[in-house]
Amino acid sequence: MSTRKKITGVLGNVATMALIAGTAVSLSIALSSAKADELHVYNWVDYIGESTIADFEAETGIKVIYDTYDSSETVDAKLITGSSGYDVVLHAGSFMPRLIEAGVFEVLDKSKLDNYANLDVDILKVVESWDQGNKYGVPYMWGTVGITYNVDMIKERMPDAPIGSFSMILDPSIISKFADCGISLLDSPVDVIPMTLSYLGLDPMSTNPEDYDKVVEAVSAIRGSVTTFDSSNYLNALPSKERCIAMTWSGDYAVAASRAEEAGVDINLNYFVPKEGAGAWFDMWAIPSDAPNKEAAYKWLNYMMRPEVIAAATNYTWYANANKAATPLVDEEIRTNPAVYPDSKAMERMYLAKTLPPKVERVRTRSWSRIKTGS
Amino acid sequence: MSRDAANKKLPTLSAGSIVKMAGDLSGKLIQRNWKRFVIAVPLVWLLIFFIVPFVIVLKISLAEGMIARPPFTPLFEWAEDLSFTISVTFENFRFLVTDDLYYSSYLNSLFLAGKSTIICLLIGYPMAYGIARSRSDIRGILLLMVVLPFWTSFLLRIYAWMGLLNKNGIINGALLSMGIIDEPLNMMFTEGAIYVGIVYSYLPFMILPLYATMEKLDESLNEAAADLGGKPFTVFYTVTLPLTLPGIVAGSLLVFIPATGEYVIPALLGNYDTLMIGRVLFDEFFSNRDWPVASAVAVALLAFLVVPIMMYQHFQAKDGERS
Repeated sequence: MSTRKKITGVLGNVATMALIAGTAVSLSIALSSAKADELHVYNWVDYIGESTIADFEAETGIKVIYDTYDSSETVDAKLITGSSGYDVVLHAGSFMPRLIEAGVFEVLDKSKLDNYANLDVDILKVVESWDQGNKYGVPYMWGTVGITYNVDMIKERMPDAPIGSFSMILDPSIISKFADCGISLLDSPVDVIPMTLSYLGLDPMSTNPEDYDKVVEAVSAIRGSVTTFDSSNYLNALPSKERCIAMTWSGDYAVAASRAEEAGVDINLNYFVPKEGAGAWFDMWAIPSDAPNKEAAYKWLNYMMRPEVIAAATNYTWYANANKAATPLVDEEIRTNPAVYPDSKAMERMYLAKTLPPKVERVRTRSWSRIKTGS
Repeated sequence: MSRDAANKKLPTLSAGSIVKMAGDLSGKLIQRNWKRFVIAVPLVWLLIFFIVPFVIVLKISLAEGMIARPPFTPLFEWAEDLSFTISVTFENFRFLVTDDLYYSSYLNSLFLAGKSTIICLLIGYPMAYGIARSRSDIRGILLLMVVLPFWTSFLLRIYAWMGLLNKNGIINGALLSMGIIDEPLNMMFTEGAIYVGIVYSYLPFMILPLYATMEKLDESLNEAAADLGGKPFTVFYTVTLPLTLPGIVAGSLLVFIPATGEYVIPALLGNYDTLMIGRVLFDEFFSNRDWPVASAVAVALLAFLVVPIMMYQHFQAKDGERS
């Protein structure tokens, strides 16, 4: 748990580009040389139990080659290129439909997954909106998009700050009070734009280009107060008090807090899901159809569905998991934390990402660069 | 070059020279084969690592996006009845003109790269000159110091700059503790930070070719110019500068070309107000997942860069004629 992991993330990013360039020339990269006792896993950075990999290796004798990424776009591009060399990949559910249509994933043979019954049926139902019939993906962890804030730094600047509302960010008169202590938005149009649409009372998955103009207008108005757009550096910037408000994924505030603790920094972080609506996301494990070692991939999937394994992962990452049988094994502090396991009232405010038509997606990305660059 | 010119002279036929000619000819054949072999190595390299990837990118830029793996339409198709269809679209290039995003990013990138090149030249020129004029026993060490940063990963060095420029970074910490400033300076995520990163990263590419030309400079030319009454500036302007021009051109291109397409430095150190073509390309590829438009951006970028490369060729050819 240090900057090392983050660097690996960015290195991974650069490596991805190199790899894509490589595969485009159809030079087969050494990755694809499969060995029977090797398993290539591709997962989000900081997104697994502390000893999960070592335990899996000890039990099965399979050597795990573990790679991480720090943006969904990276893994998406790698998978759509093909011949990624990975046996099992974690991917955001909302990205799945397009990849499924392109034939990227293997239809899962559930007879090889005897722990499948541990999964939460309600969550399986939710992820069916991306993966009809739960044929391709095994839901892993899930969470929300929200705001992590430094309680003391906020109080100091605005004692009556509207904690709980996205106006903390989108109201120019409020956010300007915090401009000096560092504010970041996720560098992710698929997270920020729907949330802004929702705040404006519009459909978060709108297909109307004019709605996106309204988003540009709303975010541009507060753009001057935003320090940076960032999806991973906040894990260091929050503990080092370089940032007081960061739009983050739900578990990350806890990761940031534990890093502060490790560094001996006294800090009081908290997290909220905007009452105006927020995105819920679900990440899924899937096996690429060209995976070199599918047998080992099934063993991995089955292992990850063991209640004690996934509970340990949640206890370490502070992300809720999709495994019903594991819930009693999750630390009470986490299980009862509404930021991690939102109550039903909060769940009502959540929306799910949908695959937009390519033209709308282009409008969304274009709006995003308009927001970021002001042009 | 001069030898080539000599080879072109037609040998005059005389009785005794025929035997000599035959000997010359076989020697020349060996020489020519050897030349071909030597040239073949970089040619094959270029073919595999530049031409082939470029043709693939060009091919994708003429396709249409679709949901498949890979995510674009094939250029050639053999139907089952062996009929052959080629589908080409220039829509992607047309699209680049419809939105001023691409146009202004290209211009911005060229401007930023140009400014970085000038800064590199202003810093690199005196440095290279100093190294070339230094005592021969320390020259090696000075050159080593120019090359030394390459021993560390480029990415790690940019991360080190993040540590230096941060609000709570080393520079701010030092200035604060010395009482020079009261509040930390805002250096990260600024356009200035991009320039620092680019100039720092590419400076050796400016210094080395400059050094190579300066090392060959004949000191006596300067002395002669001075003896003839040239003031130091006149000597520099009329003797040193023209003689080092090939180094200036080579160094500038080595900085300018990669800086134009730079992605990592602006992404890590820069603010988001700075439109750069590298980032636009990244967005097309990763966010829009539109490989054809991304490829069209790359092809257009290359077209922008071919112009300076051809200028360089032109300069070199001229230089060849002169010597």
